[in-house]
Amino acid sequence: MSATVKDNDRLLLTVFVILVLAGPIVLAPIGASYPDLLQRFAIYGVFAIGFNILFGLTGYLSFGHAAFLGVGSYAAVWMFKLLNYNVIPALVLAVVVSAVFALVIGYVSLRRSGIYFSILTLAFAQMMYNLAYSVLTPITNGETGLQVYTDDPQWLQTAGSPTTTNLFGIRMNEVFWKPEFLGFEAQFNYGYYFAAVFLILAFYIALRIFRSPFGMMLRAVKSNQNRMGYTGLNPRPYTLAAFVISGMYAGLAGGLLACMDPLAGAERMQWTASGEVVLMTILGGAGTLLGPVLGAGFIKYLEAIFSKVNETVLQDWFSFMPDWMGDALSFVISPFVGEGWHLTLGALFMAIVIFLPGGLIDGARQLGRWIGGGFGGGDRKPAHSPVPAE
Amino acid sequence: MDAIILQLLNGLDKGSAYALIALGLSLIFGTLGVVNFAHGALFMIGAFCAVTLNKLFSLSTVTIDPTKKDFLGNPLQVKTPYLESWFGDFGAGLMDWSVPLSILFSIPIMLAIGFVMERGLIKHFYKRPHADQILVTFGLAIVLQEIVKAFYGANPISTPAPDLLKGSLDFGIILGFDPNAVIYPAWRFVYFLFAAVIIGGVFAFLQFTTFGMVVRAGMADRETVGLLGINIDRRFTIMFGLAAAVAGMAGVMYAPINSPNYHMGMDFLVLSFVVVVVGGMGSLTGAVAAGFLLGILESFASMNEVKSFFQSIMLPSIDQIIIYLVAVIILLTRPRGLMGRKGVMED
Amino acid sequence: MSYLTVKNVNKRFGGLKALNEVNLSVEKGTVHAIIGPNGAGKSTLLNCFVGRLMPDTGIVDFDGVSLLGLKPYEINQVGVSRVFQTPEIFGDLSLIENVMIPAFARRDGAFRMHGWEPVENERDLRLRAMDMLADVGLAPRANDVAGTLSRGDKRRLELAMCLVQQPKLLLLDEPTAGMARADTNATIDLLKGIAERGLTMVVIEHDMHVVFSLAQRISVLAQGTVIAEDSPENIKGNPKVQEAYLGGAHL
Repeated sequence: MSATVKDNDRLLLTVFVILVLAGPIVLAPIGASYPDLLQRFAIYGVFAIGFNILFGLTGYLSFGHAAFLGVGSYAAVWMFKLLNYNVIPALVLAVVVSAVFALVIGYVSLRRSGIYFSILTLAFAQMMYNLAYSVLTPITNGETGLQVYTDDPQWLQTAGSPTTTNLFGIRMNEVFWKPEFLGFEAQFNYGYYFAAVFLILAFYIALRIFRSPFGMMLRAVKSNQNRMGYTGLNPRPYTLAAFVISGMYAGLAGGLLACMDPLAGAERMQWTASGEVVLMTILGGAGTLLGPVLGAGFIKYLEAIFSKVNETVLQDWFSFMPDWMGDALSFVISPFVGEGWHLTLGALFMAIVIFLPGGLIDGARQLGRWIGGGFGGGDRKPAHSPVPAE
Repeated sequence: MDAIILQLLNGLDKGSAYALIALGLSLIFGTLGVVNFAHGALFMIGAFCAVTLNKLFSLSTVTIDPTKKDFLGNPLQVKTPYLESWFGDFGAGLMDWSVPLSILFSIPIMLAIGFVMERGLIKHFYKRPHADQILVTFGLAIVLQEIVKAFYGANPISTPAPDLLKGSLDFGIILGFDPNAVIYPAWRFVYFLFAAVIIGGVFAFLQFTTFGMVVRAGMADRETVGLLGINIDRRFTIMFGLAAAVAGMAGVMYAPINSPNYHMGMDFLVLSFVVVVVGGMGSLTGAVAAGFLLGILESFASMNEVKSFFQSIMLPSIDQIIIYLVAVIILLTRPRGLMGRKGVMED
Repeated sequence: MSYLTVKNVNKRFGGLKALNEVNLSVEKGTVHAIIGPNGAGKSTLLNCFVGRLMPDTGIVDFDGVSLLGLKPYEINQVGVSRVFQTPEIFGDLSLIENVMIPAFARRDGAFRMHGWEPVENERDLRLRAMDMLADVGLAPRANDVAGTLSRGDKRRLELAMCLVQQPKLLLLDEPTAGMARADTNATIDLLKGIAERGLTMVVIEHDMHVVFSLAQRISVLAQGTVIAEDSPENIKGNPKVQEAYLGGAHL
């Protein structure tokens, strides 16, 4: 049996790597092959994978993970301001700083579990948001957001080095190939592949954690924390380790966001952003390996589509219909699109929790079972509905 | 001394709002065992009840007065509210008192929203894990606030208090200090009195009625009360409606203090959660006490003297985060909160 | 030489005195049964041994270490394992994982970060866990999810989880409740075998067949007080004990 699990994982990883590397082509037919969106898929994929290590394995529902995302972004932009536009020091600092924050916040929040934990993390995130927005203005540049100015020190910036984010001279925003693919345009840029490498790395590390004794202990925390204690295991360092790891993932994602666009703003830390990563994870399937990546892609894709649509686009869509029908349809749809994207997000949130608590992966599995095939994906455990740590 | 009194008073109105929301949260949590992330949205909807009534009352006919010109030189448009043209001075009075009147208007609305929410959604989540309850109410909170945003826009809408209560009270004279030493807006004081009445009413209801007795017994031990054959579920539905009404009225009366906007619910909710946690999950008295305590604390932290002290140790705008800091300290030293009972939401 | 020493332990729940000046002395290498009518305080006493409850006053020493104030995981690391009245298992995990986790806890202590090598590479632990499952007769179901087991099987799984740790002291709270007769006998044989190897056990049990086939020493608890402590033969003839059980019905 051990051989088959390993083989399955190898296959899963291979398929994952191929899909990610071929991202610009694979996603071209659905109109998602442009750098900005592709990068967001990869970055929020990292974020959700990390969140899943905490929520999916231990069941601790954090409502404050966007705080670490924001911290990562701020740290990265500070590196751009102080050193130069090289992304490596920025990412290193982003991960380190978010780990420190996660350690402190996790230490306090994990003194309680269940609902208390959720509320504590939410309160911490809101506090961090307030800190970033007004209290620590000298560090965060408050409302305006942190960005690089021409009079910043940038000690390592030399005359020849690029004035945008880069990896030792390779510019993140440079599109290096723009092929036509099945009649769709695909865009290959360095930024996406840079983020994609981290996505693959993040996925691989998560896979190792899932299959390791540590991962098993985390699932034990979710299953029965009392028994863990009577078995001689101290649950707290395990949950804290999971919390810090997921915080570092969030920090990495935040750093990557800054690498794509050297900006950091407090709104990245808001409770809506924390809620979004929860939604990504449960939408894909909490506790599954692929689920969070799928969920992240799904949400970001929907966001891209829905936010773009406005009255004119709607009228364009329904132009073939009689006027009254088109008007009626746009009247119904317009609150959900454009500015109203958050309404869709909220409704989606409710729909998923009500109808598909196991997420897309579980839904696909059920559908597969219903059809009678052996559809199962690469995950060993069936996706249970998320259970809180109690 | 007078400065301290002033800050105490300043903390009361925010503290009242925290206490009212936290009270409802605790009631719902204690009776139904559900953490309602949409509770802040109920507060916000309450505030928009006031906005709505105010707008309805101010519906006007527009006539053009050719004898007068506005500053652009066009003929002046004169708006005459229907109420005024129909009822004269009485109509103008109605308009002026639209916020207090909104309470009457909001109670049936909030009760209805509460019943629909409980019967239509929350009911199905009693047996689901707490994480699911949190997530679904969180989604609902987003939906509710986005709906309000779609109707009323994103900007705050000012909703004035009645003229009579717009002024200030000079507590300096009342309390025997110098005149003008303690000036406090009248409406804020009204808000505090109102909150005290509501809180007292809820406690009296729970204390002195059979209905309240059963609910309290159910909060202590749901299974046993269920075994007695008492239909506890129906009472809990009513409690949910009541909590929604309390949150809604708190929102109505808050409208003149802070112009309502669509995200005010979530802002207050997060703080109210902190209040509940500090007060102790499951303790109604704890929730109310902690609400006032934290409101007053926040107001003291916004004093210039305090602020400049914290500024000197690199913490400007301490008032923005003081509540969270206190909550963290209390949870580190008293993990169950100030008045928390053992066994409520324990591991 | 007393291995587990309980002296003057008191525990109150509100107005109810659950444990009243309880004394107990368990010799190393013996099986000590605690019997008594329902509500006598047997489980409460066991809860005081594993850190679930803290006695109001009194002493609980094991092998020279005071167990009072220790966290459950610390008590386990001292060498005390417990089977609960309602089985405490990892319901979402497979049986083999359920048994491997305690094995890890014994080998690696209360916390160790093993985040990289897969669980499958731990061949020794896996084999030991499989052997243990075979001992309790659950080997064929090693890969099933533990939550799907019957109540009796859960109890046997929990026993395996305790035994795989090779504890110094095993606390059993009604180890055979909910089991079919054949399983009960198999469990008795298993426990007897372990007892013969010198494992010290404290057993709470209602089934007198189980008690008399295992125990060398019996304490009788009634209304929170130890009313007798003696060898099984003497306990059988003790009129005070018969009095405590439903007005003197014979054991």
